[in-house]
Amino acid sequence: MDRFSWTTGLLELGETLVVQQRGVRLSDGEEKVKFDSGVLLLSTHRLIWRDQKNHECCIAVPLSQIVFIEEQSSGIGKSAKIVVHLHPASSNKEPGPFQSSKYSYIKLSFKEHGQIEFYRRLSEEMTQRRWESMPTGQAMQVNKDTQAGRIRAVGIVGIERKIEEKRKETDKNISEAFEDLSKLMEKAKEMVELSKSIANKIKEKQGDITEDETIRFKSYLLSMGIANPVTRETYGSGTQYHMQLAKQLAGILQTPLEERGGIMSLTEVYCLVNRARGLELLSPEDLVNACKMLESLKLPIRLRIFDSGVMVIELQSHNEEEMVASALETIFCAVG
Amino acid sequence: MHRRGVGAGAIAKRKLAEAKYKERGTVLAEDQLAQMSKQLDMFKTNLEEFASKHKQEIRKNPEFRVQFQDMCATIGVDPLASGKGFWSEMLGVGDFYYELGVQIIEVCLALKHRNGGLITLEELHQQVLKGRGKFAQDVSQDDLLRAIKKLKVLGNGFGIIPVGGTFLIQSVPAELNMDHTVVLQLAEKKGFVTVSEIKSSLKWETERAKQVLEHLLKEGMAWLDEQAPEEPQYWLPALFTELYSQEITPEEAKEAIP
Repeated sequence: MDRFSWTTGLLELGETLVVQQRGVRLSDGEEKVKFDSGVLLLSTHRLIWRDQKNHECCIAVPLSQIVFIEEQSSGIGKSAKIVVHLHPASSNKEPGPFQSSKYSYIKLSFKEHGQIEFYRRLSEEMTQRRWESMPTGQAMQVNKDTQAGRIRAVGIVGIERKIEEKRKETDKNISEAFEDLSKLMEKAKEMVELSKSIANKIKEKQGDITEDETIRFKSYLLSMGIANPVTRETYGSGTQYHMQLAKQLAGILQTPLEERGGIMSLTEVYCLVNRARGLELLSPEDLVNACKMLESLKLPIRLRIFDSGVMVIELQSHNEEEMVASALETIFCAVG
Repeated sequence: MHRRGVGAGAIAKRKLAEAKYKERGTVLAEDQLAQMSKQLDMFKTNLEEFASKHKQEIRKNPEFRVQFQDMCATIGVDPLASGKGFWSEMLGVGDFYYELGVQIIEVCLALKHRNGGLITLEELHQQVLKGRGKFAQDVSQDDLLRAIKKLKVLGNGFGIIPVGGTFLIQSVPAELNMDHTVVLQLAEKKGFVTVSEIKSSLKWETERAKQVLEHLLKEGMAWLDEQAPEEPQYWLPALFTELYSQEITPEEAKEAIP
Protein backbone atom coordinates (compact mmCIF):
# COMPACT_ATOMS: atom_id res chain seq x y z
CA MET A 1 0.00 0.00 0.00
CA ASP A 2 2.97 2.28 0.09
CA ARG A 3 2.76 2.68 -3.69
CA PHE A 4 -0.38 4.78 -3.38
CA SER A 5 -0.41 8.59 -3.36
CA TRP A 6 -3.04 11.06 -2.18
CA THR A 7 -4.94 12.56 -5.06
CA THR A 8 -7.87 14.85 -5.76
CA GLY A 9 -9.48 12.09 -7.76
CA LEU A 10 -10.00 14.41 -10.72
CA LEU A 11 -8.94 13.01 -14.05
CA GLU A 12 -6.11 14.72 -15.87
CA LEU A 13 -6.18 16.00 -19.41
CA GLY A 14 -5.68 13.02 -21.65
CA GLU A 15 -6.77 10.58 -18.94
CA THR A 16 -10.04 8.76 -19.54
CA LEU A 17 -12.21 6.78 -17.17
CA VAL A 18 -12.53 3.14 -18.22
CA VAL A 19 -14.67 1.52 -15.54
CA GLN A 20 -15.63 2.05 -11.93
CA GLN A 21 -17.02 -0.15 -9.21
CA ARG A 22 -18.57 0.59 -5.82
CA GLY A 23 -18.13 -1.42 -2.69
CA VAL A 24 -14.44 -2.20 -2.98
CA ARG A 25 -12.14 -2.74 -0.01
CA LEU A 26 -8.38 -2.38 -0.21
CA SER A 27 -5.96 -4.58 1.69
CA ASP A 28 -2.24 -4.22 2.14
CA GLY A 29 -1.18 -7.72 1.17
CA GLU A 30 -2.89 -9.93 3.73
CA GLU A 31 -3.57 -7.15 6.21
CA LYS A 32 -6.74 -5.12 6.40
CA VAL A 33 -6.36 -1.36 6.27
CA LYS A 34 -8.80 1.44 6.96
CA PHE A 35 -9.79 1.69 3.28
CA ASP A 36 -12.81 -0.42 3.82
CA SER A 37 -15.54 0.80 1.54
CA GLY A 38 -14.92 2.81 -1.56
CA VAL A 39 -15.40 3.35 -5.23
CA LEU A 40 -12.62 1.87 -7.32
CA LEU A 41 -11.98 3.68 -10.58
CA LEU A 42 -9.90 2.48 -13.46
CA SER A 43 -8.60 5.10 -15.83
CA THR A 44 -6.25 4.81 -18.76
CA HIS A 45 -3.45 5.87 -16.44
CA ARG A 46 -4.28 5.02 -12.86
CA LEU A 47 -6.14 2.94 -10.34
CA ILE A 48 -8.03 5.33 -8.06
CA TRP A 49 -9.86 4.56 -4.85
CA ARG A 50 -12.24 7.00 -3.20
CA ASP A 51 -13.85 6.51 0.19
CA GLN A 52 -17.64 6.27 -0.16
CA LYS A 53 -18.31 8.15 3.06
CA ASN A 54 -15.53 10.69 2.92
CA HIS A 55 -14.99 11.84 -0.65
CA GLU A 56 -11.93 13.81 0.37
CA CYS A 57 -10.12 10.59 1.08
CA CYS A 58 -8.85 9.60 -2.31
CA ILE A 59 -5.75 7.68 -3.29
CA ALA A 60 -4.30 6.45 -6.55
CA VAL A 61 -1.53 4.36 -8.00
CA PRO A 62 -0.27 4.57 -11.59
CA LEU A 63 -0.99 1.55 -13.78
CA SER A 64 2.67 1.51 -14.73
CA GLN A 65 3.39 0.32 -11.19
CA ILE A 66 1.52 -2.91 -11.77
CA VAL A 67 3.56 -6.02 -12.51
CA PHE A 68 0.64 -8.36 -12.95
CA ILE A 69 -2.81 -9.14 -11.61
CA GLU A 70 -4.65 -12.30 -10.65
CA GLU A 71 -8.17 -13.24 -9.71
CA GLN A 72 -9.27 -14.87 -6.49
CA SER A 73 -12.74 -16.31 -6.69
CA SER A 74 -15.23 -15.77 -3.93
CA GLY A 75 -15.90 -18.24 -1.17
CA ILE A 76 -18.38 -18.60 1.67
CA GLY A 77 -18.41 -15.25 3.44
CA LYS A 78 -15.61 -13.99 1.24
CA SER A 79 -15.91 -11.65 -1.69
CA ALA A 80 -14.11 -12.18 -4.96
CA LYS A 81 -10.78 -10.41 -5.11
CA ILE A 82 -8.24 -9.15 -7.54
CA VAL A 83 -4.64 -9.35 -6.34
CA VAL A 84 -2.45 -6.63 -7.78
CA HIS A 85 1.30 -7.17 -7.70
CA LEU A 86 3.27 -3.94 -7.75
CA HIS A 87 6.75 -2.68 -8.49
CA PRO A 88 8.50 -1.01 -5.61
CA ALA A 89 7.53 2.63 -5.19
CA SER A 90 9.76 5.10 -6.98
CA SER A 91 11.73 7.53 -4.92
CA ASN A 92 9.98 10.58 -6.33
CA LYS A 93 6.51 9.31 -5.55
CA GLU A 94 3.98 11.81 -4.21
CA PRO A 95 3.10 11.35 -0.53
CA GLY A 96 0.51 8.77 0.32
CA PRO A 97 -1.20 7.03 3.23
CA PHE A 98 1.67 4.62 3.89
CA GLN A 99 5.40 5.21 4.04
CA SER A 100 6.29 1.59 3.86
CA SER A 101 4.81 -1.84 3.48
CA LYS A 102 6.11 -5.33 3.94
CA TYR A 103 4.03 -6.54 1.02
CA SER A 104 4.58 -6.14 -2.70
CA TYR A 105 0.94 -6.63 -3.53
CA ILE A 106 -2.49 -5.35 -2.61
CA LYS A 107 -5.88 -6.97 -2.70
CA LEU A 108 -9.07 -5.47 -4.06
CA SER A 109 -12.17 -7.02 -2.48
CA PHE A 110 -15.34 -6.66 -4.48
CA LYS A 111 -18.01 -6.67 -1.83
CA GLU A 112 -20.66 -5.68 -4.34
CA HIS A 113 -19.35 -7.79 -7.22
CA GLY A 114 -18.21 -6.35 -10.54
CA GLN A 115 -14.89 -8.13 -10.39
CA ILE A 116 -15.25 -9.97 -13.70
CA GLU A 117 -15.67 -6.82 -15.72
CA PHE A 118 -13.14 -4.88 -13.68
CA TYR A 119 -10.54 -7.62 -14.13
CA ARG A 120 -11.21 -7.73 -17.83
CA ARG A 121 -10.85 -3.97 -18.29
CA LEU A 122 -7.79 -3.80 -16.09
CA SER A 123 -6.16 -6.60 -18.11
CA GLU A 124 -6.98 -4.72 -21.29
CA GLU A 125 -5.45 -1.52 -20.00
CA MET A 126 -2.37 -3.44 -18.90
CA THR A 127 -2.01 -4.84 -22.41
CA GLN A 128 -2.73 -1.62 -24.24
CA ARG A 129 -0.62 0.54 -21.92
CA ARG A 130 -2.37 3.64 -23.11
CA TRP A 131 -0.66 5.73 -20.46
CA GLU A 132 2.55 5.50 -22.42
CA SER A 133 1.14 7.18 -25.49
CA MET A 134 -1.11 9.67 -23.74
CA PRO A 135 0.98 11.84 -21.41
CA THR A 136 -1.16 13.69 -18.88
CA GLY A 137 -0.99 17.21 -17.61
CA GLN A 138 0.08 16.54 -14.05
CA ALA A 139 3.65 15.63 -13.31
CA MET A 140 2.83 12.08 -12.32
CA GLN A 141 5.35 9.63 -11.20
CA VAL A 142 5.75 7.45 -14.22
CA ASN A 143 7.50 4.21 -13.69
CA LYS A 144 10.14 4.18 -16.37
CA ASP A 145 10.59 0.43 -16.22
CA THR A 146 11.14 -1.17 -19.56
CA GLN A 147 10.81 -4.86 -20.23
CA ALA A 148 14.33 -5.37 -18.95
CA GLY A 149 13.49 -3.42 -15.87
CA ARG A 150 10.53 -5.64 -15.21
CA ILE A 151 12.66 -8.70 -15.02
CA ARG A 152 14.52 -7.06 -12.20
CA ALA A 153 11.30 -6.58 -10.25
CA VAL A 154 11.28 -8.01 -6.76
CA GLY A 155 9.94 -11.48 -6.30
CA ILE A 156 9.55 -12.29 -9.98
CA VAL A 157 10.29 -15.93 -9.34
CA GLY A 158 7.54 -16.18 -6.77
CA ILE A 159 5.18 -14.52 -9.19
CA GLU A 160 6.00 -16.92 -11.99
CA ARG A 161 5.41 -19.83 -9.68
CA LYS A 162 2.00 -18.45 -8.83
CA ILE A 163 1.10 -18.17 -12.49
CA GLU A 164 2.09 -21.77 -13.04
CA GLU A 165 0.08 -22.93 -10.04
CA LYS A 166 -2.92 -21.06 -11.23
CA ARG A 167 -2.66 -22.57 -14.70
CA LYS A 168 -2.44 -26.05 -13.23
CA GLU A 169 -5.44 -25.41 -11.07
CA THR A 170 -7.46 -24.13 -13.98
CA ASP A 171 -6.51 -27.24 -15.94
CA LYS A 172 -7.47 -29.40 -12.99
CA ASN A 173 -10.83 -27.66 -12.70
CA ILE A 174 -11.56 -28.15 -16.37
CA SER A 175 -10.63 -31.82 -16.38
CA GLU A 176 -12.66 -32.40 -13.23
CA ALA A 177 -15.58 -30.72 -14.94
CA PHE A 178 -15.21 -32.96 -17.97
CA GLU A 179 -14.99 -36.03 -15.79
CA ASP A 180 -18.12 -35.10 -13.91
CA LEU A 181 -19.81 -34.30 -17.21
CA SER A 182 -18.99 -37.75 -18.60
CA LYS A 183 -20.41 -39.44 -15.52
CA LEU A 184 -23.54 -37.33 -15.76
CA MET A 185 -23.98 -38.23 -19.41
CA GLU A 186 -23.75 -41.93 -18.58
CA LYS A 187 -26.73 -41.53 -16.28
CA ALA A 188 -28.59 -39.48 -18.84
CA LYS A 189 -28.00 -42.24 -21.36
CA GLU A 190 -29.71 -44.72 -19.02
CA MET A 191 -32.73 -42.44 -18.93
CA VAL A 192 -32.84 -42.37 -22.71
CA GLU A 193 -32.74 -46.19 -22.88
CA LEU A 194 -35.51 -46.50 -20.33
CA SER A 195 -37.71 -44.04 -22.17
CA LYS A 196 -37.21 -45.96 -25.44
CA SER A 197 -38.26 -49.17 -23.75
CA ILE A 198 -41.39 -47.55 -22.32
CA ALA A 199 -42.23 -46.02 -25.66
CA ASN A 200 -42.02 -49.44 -27.28
CA LYS A 201 -44.34 -50.92 -24.67
CA ILE A 202 -46.80 -48.11 -25.30
CA LYS A 203 -46.72 -48.75 -29.02
CA GLU A 204 -47.32 -52.47 -28.52
CA LYS A 205 -50.17 -52.06 -26.13
CA GLN A 206 -52.18 -49.62 -28.20
CA GLY A 207 -55.19 -48.46 -26.24
CA ASP A 208 -54.11 -49.97 -22.96
CA ILE A 209 -52.27 -46.98 -21.77
CA THR A 210 -54.37 -44.36 -20.08
CA GLU A 211 -54.31 -40.78 -21.14
CA ASP A 212 -52.99 -39.85 -17.74
CA GLU A 213 -50.00 -42.13 -18.12
CA THR A 214 -49.25 -40.80 -21.57
CA ILE A 215 -49.26 -37.29 -20.24
CA ARG A 216 -46.97 -38.29 -17.38
CA PHE A 217 -44.59 -39.98 -19.78
CA LYS A 218 -44.48 -36.94 -22.03
CA SER A 219 -43.64 -34.67 -19.12
CA TYR A 220 -40.76 -36.97 -18.15
CA LEU A 221 -39.46 -36.74 -21.70
CA LEU A 222 -39.78 -32.99 -21.56
CA SER A 223 -37.72 -32.78 -18.38
CA MET A 224 -34.93 -34.83 -19.89
CA GLY A 225 -35.03 -33.23 -23.32
CA ILE A 226 -35.73 -36.56 -25.01
CA ALA A 227 -37.67 -36.46 -28.25
CA ASN A 228 -41.10 -38.02 -28.01
CA PRO A 229 -40.98 -41.42 -29.73
CA VAL A 230 -44.68 -42.09 -29.40
CA THR A 231 -46.47 -41.25 -32.59
CA ARG A 232 -49.99 -41.46 -31.34
CA GLU A 233 -50.61 -38.08 -29.73
CA THR A 234 -53.47 -36.72 -27.79
CA TYR A 235 -52.49 -33.07 -27.87
CA GLY A 236 -49.83 -32.99 -30.56
CA SER A 237 -46.45 -33.24 -28.86
CA GLY A 238 -47.67 -31.02 -26.07
CA THR A 239 -47.79 -31.64 -22.35
CA GLN A 240 -49.58 -30.04 -19.42
CA TYR A 241 -46.90 -27.42 -19.45
CA HIS A 242 -47.65 -26.52 -23.04
CA MET A 243 -51.35 -26.42 -22.35
CA GLN A 244 -50.83 -23.90 -19.56
CA LEU A 245 -48.47 -21.96 -21.75
CA ALA A 246 -51.05 -21.83 -24.53
CA LYS A 247 -53.59 -20.30 -22.17
CA GLN A 248 -51.01 -17.77 -20.94
CA LEU A 249 -50.14 -16.82 -24.48
CA ALA A 250 -53.77 -16.20 -25.33
CA GLY A 251 -53.83 -13.65 -22.53
CA ILE A 252 -50.49 -12.02 -23.25
CA LEU A 253 -50.93 -11.71 -26.99
CA GLN A 254 -54.46 -10.32 -27.17
CA THR A 255 -53.48 -6.66 -27.07
CA PRO A 256 -50.29 -6.89 -29.17
CA LEU A 257 -52.27 -8.71 -31.84
CA GLU A 258 -54.96 -6.07 -31.88
CA GLU A 259 -52.27 -3.42 -32.23
CA ARG A 260 -50.82 -5.20 -35.23
CA GLY A 261 -53.90 -5.79 -37.30
CA GLY A 262 -54.62 -9.17 -35.75
CA ILE A 263 -51.59 -11.04 -37.00
CA MET A 264 -47.99 -11.62 -35.89
CA SER A 265 -45.24 -13.92 -37.09
CA LEU A 266 -44.14 -16.57 -34.64
CA THR A 267 -40.69 -15.02 -34.65
CA GLU A 268 -42.13 -11.73 -33.46
CA VAL A 269 -44.09 -13.54 -30.77
CA TYR A 270 -40.94 -15.35 -29.62
CA CYS A 271 -39.08 -12.07 -29.18
CA LEU A 272 -41.99 -10.26 -27.59
CA VAL A 273 -42.74 -12.94 -25.03
CA ASN A 274 -39.13 -13.63 -24.10
CA ARG A 275 -38.24 -9.98 -23.82
CA ALA A 276 -41.18 -9.57 -21.46
CA ARG A 277 -40.22 -12.60 -19.37
CA GLY A 278 -36.58 -11.69 -18.86
CA LEU A 279 -35.92 -14.96 -17.07
CA GLU A 280 -37.05 -18.57 -17.55
CA LEU A 281 -37.40 -17.98 -21.23
CA LEU A 282 -39.36 -20.13 -23.65
CA SER A 283 -37.51 -22.28 -26.11
CA PRO A 284 -38.62 -21.98 -29.75
CA GLU A 285 -40.03 -25.49 -29.46
CA ASP A 286 -41.98 -24.63 -26.31
CA LEU A 287 -43.61 -21.79 -28.21
CA VAL A 288 -44.47 -23.90 -31.23
CA ASN A 289 -45.83 -26.77 -29.15
CA ALA A 290 -47.97 -24.41 -27.10
CA CYS A 291 -49.29 -22.69 -30.21
CA LYS A 292 -50.24 -26.00 -31.77
CA MET A 293 -52.68 -26.48 -28.91
CA LEU A 294 -54.41 -23.14 -29.26
CA GLU A 295 -57.11 -24.33 -31.61
CA SER A 296 -58.00 -27.48 -29.70
CA LEU A 297 -58.22 -25.51 -26.48
CA LYS A 298 -60.67 -23.16 -28.19
CA LEU A 299 -58.64 -20.10 -27.33
CA PRO A 300 -59.29 -16.76 -29.06
CA ILE A 301 -56.00 -16.89 -30.97
CA ARG A 302 -54.71 -19.54 -33.30
CA LEU A 303 -51.65 -20.74 -35.16
CA ARG A 304 -51.61 -20.71 -38.91
CA ILE A 305 -48.94 -22.38 -41.01
CA PHE A 306 -48.50 -21.33 -44.62
CA ASP A 307 -47.24 -23.52 -47.44
CA SER A 308 -43.91 -21.75 -47.34
CA GLY A 309 -43.52 -22.86 -43.73
CA VAL A 310 -44.04 -19.39 -42.35
CA MET A 311 -45.98 -19.52 -39.08
CA VAL A 312 -48.20 -16.79 -37.72
CA ILE A 313 -50.52 -16.21 -34.78
CA GLU A 314 -53.78 -14.52 -35.52
CA LEU A 315 -56.89 -13.43 -33.72
CA GLN A 316 -59.76 -15.86 -34.24
CA SER A 317 -62.25 -13.03 -34.19
CA HIS A 318 -60.98 -11.47 -37.36
CA ASN A 319 -63.08 -11.84 -40.43
CA GLU A 320 -61.48 -14.35 -42.81
CA GLU A 321 -62.39 -12.53 -46.02
CA GLU A 322 -61.17 -9.24 -44.69
CA MET A 323 -57.92 -10.84 -43.66
CA VAL A 324 -57.16 -12.56 -46.95
CA ALA A 325 -56.87 -9.26 -48.72
CA SER A 326 -54.63 -7.51 -46.21
CA ALA A 327 -53.04 -10.72 -44.90
CA LEU A 328 -50.62 -11.08 -47.80
CA GLU A 329 -49.47 -7.51 -47.43
CA THR A 330 -49.15 -7.81 -43.66
CA ILE A 331 -47.14 -11.01 -43.94
CA PHE A 332 -44.64 -9.40 -46.27
CA CYS A 333 -44.20 -6.60 -43.78
CA ALA A 334 -44.01 -8.92 -40.80
CA VAL A 335 -41.45 -11.33 -42.19
CA GLY A 336 -39.75 -9.26 -44.82
CA MET B 1 -58.78 -66.08 -31.98
CA HIS B 2 -61.25 -68.95 -32.22
CA ARG B 3 -64.73 -68.84 -30.81
CA ARG B 4 -64.93 -71.80 -28.51
CA GLY B 5 -68.57 -71.72 -27.80
CA VAL B 6 -71.49 -69.39 -28.37
CA GLY B 7 -73.33 -69.19 -25.10
CA ALA B 8 -73.49 -66.25 -22.73
CA GLY B 9 -71.16 -68.06 -20.37
CA ALA B 10 -68.41 -68.28 -22.99
CA ILE B 11 -68.74 -64.65 -23.88
CA ALA B 12 -68.62 -63.58 -20.28
CA LYS B 13 -65.54 -65.74 -19.69
CA ARG B 14 -63.79 -64.18 -22.66
CA LYS B 15 -64.61 -60.68 -21.51
CA LEU B 16 -63.14 -61.46 -18.12
CA ALA B 17 -59.96 -62.78 -19.74
CA GLU B 18 -59.64 -59.65 -21.87
CA ALA B 19 -60.14 -57.41 -18.88
CA LYS B 20 -57.45 -59.28 -16.95
CA TYR B 21 -55.05 -58.95 -19.90
CA LYS B 22 -55.73 -55.21 -20.11
CA GLU B 23 -55.15 -54.86 -16.39
CA ARG B 24 -51.82 -56.62 -16.64
CA GLY B 25 -50.79 -54.45 -19.56
CA THR B 26 -51.59 -51.34 -17.63
CA VAL B 27 -49.76 -52.59 -14.59
CA LEU B 28 -46.66 -53.25 -16.66
CA ALA B 29 -46.57 -49.69 -18.00
CA GLU B 30 -47.36 -48.31 -14.57
CA ASP B 31 -44.36 -50.19 -13.19
CA GLN B 32 -42.02 -48.80 -15.75
CA LEU B 33 -43.37 -45.30 -15.39
CA ALA B 34 -42.88 -45.51 -11.64
CA GLN B 35 -39.34 -46.67 -12.26
CA MET B 36 -38.73 -43.82 -14.64
CA SER B 37 -40.13 -41.37 -12.17
CA LYS B 38 -37.76 -42.60 -9.49
CA GLN B 39 -34.77 -42.55 -11.81
CA LEU B 40 -35.74 -39.10 -12.94
CA ASP B 41 -35.61 -37.87 -9.36
CA MET B 42 -32.19 -39.43 -8.93
CA PHE B 43 -30.98 -37.89 -12.13
CA LYS B 44 -32.26 -34.51 -11.05
CA THR B 45 -30.17 -34.81 -7.88
CA ASN B 46 -27.08 -35.73 -9.90
CA LEU B 47 -27.68 -32.79 -12.19
CA GLU B 48 -28.10 -30.45 -9.24
CA GLU B 49 -24.78 -31.60 -7.88
CA PHE B 50 -23.13 -31.13 -11.23
CA ALA B 51 -24.65 -27.69 -11.54
CA SER B 52 -23.45 -26.59 -8.11
CA LYS B 53 -19.90 -27.45 -9.10
CA HIS B 54 -19.77 -26.60 -12.76
CA LYS B 55 -22.56 -24.21 -13.67
CA GLN B 56 -20.02 -21.41 -13.91
CA GLU B 57 -17.89 -23.46 -16.26
CA ILE B 58 -20.75 -23.73 -18.70
CA ARG B 59 -21.48 -20.04 -18.51
CA LYS B 60 -17.92 -18.91 -18.91
CA ASN B 61 -16.27 -21.51 -21.12
CA PRO B 62 -17.40 -21.75 -24.75
CA GLU B 63 -15.35 -24.91 -25.33
CA PHE B 64 -17.00 -26.62 -22.41
CA ARG B 65 -20.37 -25.69 -23.84
CA VAL B 66 -19.45 -27.33 -27.12
CA GLN B 67 -18.37 -30.51 -25.32
CA PHE B 68 -21.56 -30.50 -23.32
CA GLN B 69 -23.76 -30.05 -26.38
CA ASP B 70 -21.93 -32.73 -28.36
CA MET B 71 -22.24 -35.23 -25.54
CA CYS B 72 -25.94 -34.56 -25.21
CA ALA B 73 -26.43 -35.02 -28.93
CA THR B 74 -24.53 -38.32 -28.85
CA ILE B 75 -26.81 -39.86 -26.26
CA GLY B 76 -29.98 -38.46 -27.82
CA VAL B 77 -30.77 -35.63 -25.43
CA ASP B 78 -31.59 -32.07 -26.43
CA PRO B 79 -30.83 -29.76 -23.55
CA LEU B 80 -32.37 -26.85 -25.41
CA ALA B 81 -35.65 -28.48 -26.37
CA SER B 82 -37.61 -26.85 -23.60
CA GLY B 83 -37.19 -24.11 -21.04
CA LYS B 84 -38.93 -26.49 -18.67
CA GLY B 85 -36.27 -29.17 -19.07
CA PHE B 86 -33.91 -30.02 -16.20
CA TRP B 87 -30.88 -28.88 -18.17
CA SER B 88 -32.32 -25.49 -18.77
CA GLU B 89 -33.63 -25.03 -15.25
CA MET B 90 -30.53 -26.19 -13.41
CA LEU B 91 -27.67 -25.36 -15.69
CA GLY B 92 -29.20 -22.22 -17.11
CA VAL B 93 -28.22 -23.24 -20.64
CA GLY B 94 -31.71 -22.57 -21.88
CA ASP B 95 -31.93 -18.90 -21.01
CA PHE B 96 -28.44 -18.37 -22.42
CA TYR B 97 -29.37 -19.71 -25.86
CA TYR B 98 -32.97 -18.51 -26.00
CA GLU B 99 -31.93 -14.97 -25.21
CA LEU B 100 -29.20 -15.24 -27.80
CA GLY B 101 -31.92 -16.27 -30.25
CA VAL B 102 -33.81 -13.07 -29.57
CA GLN B 103 -30.66 -11.02 -30.06
CA ILE B 104 -29.90 -12.77 -33.34
CA ILE B 105 -33.40 -12.14 -34.65
CA GLU B 106 -33.15 -8.46 -33.75
CA VAL B 107 -29.84 -7.96 -35.49
CA CYS B 108 -31.02 -9.74 -38.63
CA LEU B 109 -34.20 -7.70 -38.73
CA ALA B 110 -32.32 -4.46 -38.28
CA LEU B 111 -29.95 -5.19 -41.15
CA LYS B 112 -32.35 -6.87 -43.52
CA HIS B 113 -32.99 -3.72 -45.54
CA ARG B 114 -29.28 -3.62 -46.38
CA ASN B 115 -28.45 -7.23 -47.08
CA GLY B 116 -31.75 -8.78 -48.03
CA GLY B 117 -31.63 -11.18 -45.09
CA LEU B 118 -28.18 -12.64 -45.70
CA ILE B 119 -25.37 -11.95 -43.27
CA THR B 120 -21.99 -13.49 -42.59
CA LEU B 121 -21.55 -15.30 -39.29
CA GLU B 122 -18.71 -12.89 -38.48
CA GLU B 123 -20.78 -9.79 -38.90
CA LEU B 124 -23.67 -11.32 -36.98
CA HIS B 125 -21.25 -12.20 -34.20
CA GLN B 126 -19.88 -8.65 -34.05
CA GLN B 127 -23.31 -7.05 -34.02
CA VAL B 128 -24.66 -9.41 -31.39
CA LEU B 129 -21.67 -8.79 -29.12
CA LYS B 130 -22.17 -5.08 -29.52
CA GLY B 131 -25.84 -5.36 -28.69
CA ARG B 132 -25.17 -7.46 -25.62
CA GLY B 133 -22.95 -4.81 -24.12
CA LYS B 134 -19.81 -4.94 -22.08
CA PHE B 135 -21.15 -6.70 -19.03
CA ALA B 136 -22.77 -9.64 -20.73
CA GLN B 137 -21.39 -13.15 -20.95
CA ASP B 138 -19.17 -13.80 -23.93
CA VAL B 139 -20.63 -15.83 -26.81
CA SER B 140 -18.78 -17.80 -29.45
CA GLN B 141 -19.70 -18.41 -33.08
CA ASP B 142 -20.58 -21.97 -32.14
CA ASP B 143 -23.09 -20.60 -29.66
CA LEU B 144 -24.67 -18.51 -32.41
CA LEU B 145 -24.98 -21.49 -34.72
CA ARG B 146 -26.69 -23.56 -32.04
CA ALA B 147 -29.11 -20.77 -31.24
CA ILE B 148 -29.91 -20.37 -34.94
CA LYS B 149 -30.56 -24.10 -35.36
CA LYS B 150 -33.17 -23.81 -32.63
CA LEU B 151 -34.79 -20.78 -34.25
CA LYS B 152 -35.56 -22.68 -37.44
CA VAL B 153 -38.52 -24.33 -35.81
CA LEU B 154 -40.32 -20.96 -35.75
CA GLY B 155 -40.77 -21.17 -39.50
CA ASN B 156 -38.94 -17.97 -40.18
CA GLY B 157 -36.60 -19.19 -42.84
CA PHE B 158 -33.48 -19.14 -40.69
CA GLY B 159 -30.82 -21.11 -42.46
CA ILE B 160 -27.10 -21.70 -42.38
CA ILE B 161 -25.22 -21.72 -45.69
CA PRO B 162 -21.59 -22.81 -45.74
CA VAL B 163 -19.40 -20.54 -47.87
CA GLY B 164 -15.65 -20.50 -48.21
CA GLY B 165 -14.73 -21.71 -44.73
CA THR B 166 -17.37 -19.69 -42.92
CA PHE B 167 -21.16 -19.41 -42.98
CA LEU B 168 -23.83 -17.13 -44.36
CA ILE B 169 -26.86 -16.86 -42.15
CA GLN B 170 -30.17 -16.53 -43.95
CA SER B 171 -32.96 -14.98 -41.95
CA VAL B 172 -35.80 -14.68 -44.42
CA PRO B 173 -37.95 -17.46 -45.83
CA ALA B 174 -36.68 -16.92 -49.33
CA GLU B 175 -36.37 -20.00 -51.41
CA LEU B 176 -32.66 -20.69 -51.80
CA ASN B 177 -31.93 -23.92 -53.59
CA MET B 178 -28.63 -25.57 -54.50
CA ASP B 179 -28.10 -23.28 -57.50
CA HIS B 180 -28.46 -20.14 -55.41
CA THR B 181 -26.19 -21.51 -52.71
CA VAL B 182 -23.47 -22.41 -55.17
CA VAL B 183 -23.53 -18.92 -56.69
CA LEU B 184 -23.31 -17.40 -53.20
CA GLN B 185 -20.27 -19.53 -52.52
CA LEU B 186 -18.73 -18.36 -55.78
CA ALA B 187 -19.39 -14.73 -54.91
CA GLU B 188 -17.82 -15.07 -51.47
CA LYS B 189 -14.29 -14.59 -52.75
CA LYS B 190 -14.67 -11.08 -54.11
CA GLY B 191 -18.04 -10.03 -52.77
CA PHE B 192 -19.50 -9.99 -56.27
CA VAL B 193 -20.01 -12.27 -59.22
CA THR B 194 -20.72 -11.92 -62.94
CA VAL B 195 -22.57 -14.02 -65.46
CA SER B 196 -19.30 -14.89 -67.23
CA GLU B 197 -17.71 -16.09 -64.01
CA ILE B 198 -20.65 -18.34 -63.29
CA LYS B 199 -20.55 -19.74 -66.77
CA SER B 200 -16.84 -20.47 -66.70
CA SER B 201 -16.62 -21.75 -63.10
CA LEU B 202 -19.81 -23.74 -62.95
CA LYS B 203 -20.20 -24.53 -66.65
CA TRP B 204 -23.80 -23.30 -66.71
CA GLU B 205 -25.73 -21.79 -69.55
CA THR B 206 -26.43 -18.08 -69.60
CA GLU B 207 -30.11 -18.57 -68.88
CA ARG B 208 -29.52 -20.58 -65.73
CA ALA B 209 -26.98 -18.07 -64.41
CA LYS B 210 -29.31 -15.17 -65.13
CA GLN B 211 -32.24 -16.82 -63.40
CA VAL B 212 -30.28 -17.32 -60.20
CA LEU B 213 -28.98 -13.76 -60.23
CA GLU B 214 -32.42 -12.35 -60.93
CA HIS B 215 -33.78 -14.25 -57.95
CA LEU B 216 -31.07 -12.93 -55.63
CA LEU B 217 -31.76 -9.42 -56.91
CA LYS B 218 -35.44 -9.81 -56.28
CA GLU B 219 -34.84 -11.00 -52.73
CA GLY B 220 -32.66 -7.99 -52.08
CA MET B 221 -29.66 -10.19 -51.39
CA ALA B 222 -27.75 -8.95 -54.41
CA TRP B 223 -27.28 -5.47 -55.82
CA LEU B 224 -26.61 -4.77 -59.46
CA ASP B 225 -23.71 -2.64 -60.64
CA GLU B 226 -24.40 -1.91 -64.29
CA GLN B 227 -21.58 0.55 -64.57
CA ALA B 228 -18.85 -2.01 -64.06
CA PRO B 229 -16.27 -1.89 -66.89
CA GLU B 230 -16.75 -5.19 -68.71
CA GLU B 231 -20.11 -6.52 -67.69
CA PRO B 232 -22.69 -6.01 -64.94
CA GLN B 233 -21.52 -7.13 -61.51
CA TYR B 234 -23.82 -8.61 -58.91
CA TRP B 235 -22.67 -7.58 -55.43
CA LEU B 236 -23.67 -9.25 -52.19
CA PRO B 237 -23.98 -6.69 -49.42
CA ALA B 238 -23.81 -9.49 -46.88
CA LEU B 239 -20.21 -10.07 -47.88
CA PHE B 240 -19.10 -6.49 -48.03
CA THR B 241 -19.48 -4.76 -44.72
CA GLU B 242 -16.59 -2.34 -45.15
CA LEU B 243 -18.75 -0.33 -47.53
CA TYR B 244 -21.01 0.73 -44.74
CA SER B 245 -20.13 3.87 -42.85
CA GLN B 246 -23.22 3.75 -40.72
CA GLU B 247 -23.58 1.13 -38.07
CA ILE B 248 -26.69 -0.11 -36.40
CA THR B 249 -26.81 0.74 -32.72
CA PRO B 250 -28.36 -1.66 -30.22
CA GLU B 251 -31.23 0.81 -29.78
CA GLU B 252 -31.97 0.80 -33.48
CA ALA B 253 -31.87 -2.98 -33.47
CA LYS B 254 -34.38 -3.11 -30.62
CA GLU B 255 -36.68 -0.68 -32.38
CA ALA B 256 -36.76 -2.92 -35.42
CA ILE B 257 -38.78 -5.40 -33.37
CA PRO B 258 -42.16 -3.94 -32.42
